Amino acid sequence: MKEKLVVIGNGMAGIRTVEELLKIDEERYDITVFGAEPYGNYNRIMLSPVLAGDKTIDEIMLNDMQWYKDNNVTLHSGKEVTSIDRVNKKVIADDGTEESYDRLLIATGSDPFIIPVPGNDLEGVISFRDIKDVDSMIAAAKEHKHAVVIGGGLLGLEAANGLMQQGMSVTVVHLMDKLMERQMDGPAAAMLKESLEERGLHFLMEAATESIIGKNRVEKVHFKDGSEIYADLVVMAVGIKPNVKLAKEAGIHCERGIVVNDTLQTYDPSIYSVGECAQHRGIAYGLVAPLFEMAKVCANHLAKMGIGIYEGTMTSTKLKVTGIDLFSAGDFIGDETTDELVFQDKARGVYRKIVVKDNKILGAVMYGDTIDGTWYFDLMRDETDISEFRENLLFGQAHLGDSGHGDDSRVAAMSDSAEICGCNGVTKGDIVNAITVNKIFTLDEVRAHTKASSSCGSCTGLVESLMSHVLGGEFSTAPHLKPMCGCTDKSHDAVREAIETQEYKSVQTVMEAMEWKTPNGCSKCRPAINYYLVCKFPELKLDDAQSRFINERAHANIQGDGTYSVIPRMWGGMTTPQELRAVADAAEKFNLETVHVTGGQRIGLYGLKKEELPEIWDDLNKAGMVSGHAYGKALRTVKTCVGKDWCRFGTQDSTGLGIKLEKMSWGSWMPHKFKMAASGCPRNCAEATIKDYGVVCVDSGYEIHVGGNGGIKVRATDLLCNVETEEEVLEYSAAYIQLYREEAHYLERTAPWIERVGLNHVKEALIDNPEKRKELAERFNFSQTFMQDDPWEERAKGAEAHEFTPIKVIG
Amino acid sequence: MSDWIEVGTLNDIPKLGARVVSRAEGDIAVFRTADDKVFALRDKCPHKGGQLSQGIVHGDRVACPMHDWKIGLDNGIAIAPDEGCAASFPIKMEGEKIMLSLTPNEGCPNK
Repeated sequence: MKEKLVVIGNGMAGIRTVEELLKIDEERYDITVFGAEPYGNYNRIMLSPVLAGDKTIDEIMLNDMQWYKDNNVTLHSGKEVTSIDRVNKKVIADDGTEESYDRLLIATGSDPFIIPVPGNDLEGVISFRDIKDVDSMIAAAKEHKHAVVIGGGLLGLEAANGLMQQGMSVTVVHLMDKLMERQMDGPAAAMLKESLEERGLHFLMEAATESIIGKNRVEKVHFKDGSEIYADLVVMAVGIKPNVKLAKEAGIHCERGIVVNDTLQTYDPSIYSVGECAQHRGIAYGLVAPLFEMAKVCANHLAKMGIGIYEGTMTSTKLKVTGIDLFSAGDFIGDETTDELVFQDKARGVYRKIVVKDNKILGAVMYGDTIDGTWYFDLMRDETDISEFRENLLFGQAHLGDSGHGDDSRVAAMSDSAEICGCNGVTKGDIVNAITVNKIFTLDEVRAHTKASSSCGSCTGLVESLMSHVLGGEFSTAPHLKPMCGCTDKSHDAVREAIETQEYKSVQTVMEAMEWKTPNGCSKCRPAINYYLVCKFPELKLDDAQSRFINERAHANIQGDGTYSVIPRMWGGMTTPQELRAVADAAEKFNLETVHVTGGQRIGLYGLKKEELPEIWDDLNKAGMVSGHAYGKALRTVKTCVGKDWCRFGTQDSTGLGIKLEKMSWGSWMPHKFKMAASGCPRNCAEATIKDYGVVCVDSGYEIHVGGNGGIKVRATDLLCNVETEEEVLEYSAAYIQLYREEAHYLERTAPWIERVGLNHVKEALIDNPEKRKELAERFNFSQTFMQDDPWEERAKGAEAHEFTPIKVIG
Repeated sequence: MSDWIEVGTLNDIPKLGARVVSRAEGDIAVFRTADDKVFALRDKCPHKGGQLSQGIVHGDRVACPMHDWKIGLDNGIAIAPDEGCAASFPIKMEGEKIMLSLTPNEGCPNK
């Protein structure tokens, strides 16, 4: 017999939890949902656009009646649950319907707060909470003229705007001296008020309502200072309070909301609560983003997977009034320990303030142009060090130029045919369509449905902006710590720390001990864990071939047609007649049509069958050539110019230095590919300033540059320091590589790694602390003693033979 | 069915790995899961023809090495929201011996 799950509340939180549950376990429960409203589940945050006439009710339906049928969910719509009998484990509705449960989910949301003044029960006094309220507002607008909205917060202003769109004359009454005081600071609130007044709204500030007057229907609103205004309709929008009545009467511990733990369980362990009625770590949320995260964790526990905890959500706000853009998040007021970065242009109606402490964003408030809101929010959530681009921060992401973020995010103005994702050819129209047709809310869902942002990831910011544009800013952003992949809730850092402290020694052990949701991971997490193990315990040779991508497993690059390329090392870009002869002989012997000089100063041979690889490697080995690791997340090339041996401008022996660097570091596995260069003078012919580690020789010694790359987003290096000797260049290089190997996330190149941790962090480890630098270099050199076996030689001699031969040949 | 052929033994394939049966009509990939189940699929991803035998095997799926499509090993069907299939071929174990039928299962045109 299946267990029974009863859900009280047919709103976004309850149904989202049911959806998440069905995704991971369709079979466990018979599910019954009670909803007081006679509808399916609709997107409550979109009620404002419905009132304003921008959308219809049908357009904001998330789950219609058919959905409940298709998923075998019993829906009692229009029935309000009036009591919970915890002893007999059943719920009773107002019409006498009873349902017993094994587990119960309370998702009763919140009620509008009705201010306790005389006359608050007159006809024409309503709140703004559900479809019924919207219907009565639209009806009132047809017959009446004067509307008063009490409350100048988010909800009140959206209601006022909607009523004005419906043709009413609207006055907003607010107790405080500025609008939206919880989301706006003074200047932004003043600009907002001015702009709304221009549109025709009236405001009464610092006005305390004393009573509402009328015979049957409301006629006037009376204030404490003695003044009055006419009103045919009064909308109370002063706030919401968690709906805890049912839970309280059932004896479940409630404070402001129903108190839940990190797994969304109430004090009765068979009863859960999510959404606006729940109070988690002292906070009852009134926004949508948190409930998506709550739903996920709750569903997980209902499915008895027992993993994942909810740790609270950082929230941001946007006002859904067409033509008015405002955004706020975090602590945007600040105090004496914080810095304020402010940009204000009254004529253009633009205002931005960012509150910063120790080069990290604590909060932001924006008015007018909010396109960078998502970006600031990400920087805040990820605690990114902003010192590198602080001077340009206020001008937005588009003004960061070549530091790697540059991208025009003005998605709203783009045409539907504009290409957003260049890797997979996905247009703006495709994404908008996927979001609206499939009713999706998260970046991962957009990736799954459209493939946008799922390859190189450079359009992620654009996709997020687009989602925020389509969903009204309420789309679910990633949780604070991004999980490694769908197999786990653990972040990259958490996995590394566990390997460090628990000394796990295999991919499988890590996944079992850290409660992976899948039996043996996936193509995202397994290669990452394998790398972390190889990096941590080089001496144990833990490498798991089946957790490597084909290129690293076969030590050659798979090409589009299924053949492979082979690129031997040419140390520091130097070669010899003997090596060139061996390459030419191999190309002829294996009938290779394509022989290509690579960007890294070596020669690539293309078009080999997998079975031929060991043989060509053997031929190249005989000429003294080894694997160039051109296929790996590993040290690739060290590009050089000819330096002072030949060049009249050369200041040092850049070629010799390049060879030393390459001999020291070849064979090391990295989080991502790693390229170096050494230029003999500041003319920089070896392009050292777009490499992961670049050396520019100068007359007095060597400049060391870090964190550059060509590729998808060009990033020029940062200057790390100047040193005087080659020995120092080599020591800094070893230490820098090791720091990157130990700290970067798998598949994170040095450029985004440095942008995430900040250049100062690297300087602290390598420059300010010579001891630490020496230790890092020693760890790298120790690791290298286990890494510098040529993988080609081993395989040419017969290792891993199964990799290169068919199991059977037919015919 | 008379076309069962022996292609090798379980130990010829690494756990969470694959080997190729090479034939003129197109290669067949033979997979082994962590719990020693064996499956056979046409070695051609329905997306852009990537060799599934070269992908990472996880659970009862393989991730294509080209663009990371996930294909179900038991039926050859792409995991939603991707759409498509690679033909699956019957496998039966006789002790350690892997027997493969060259007549694909019904249902997928990509043989």
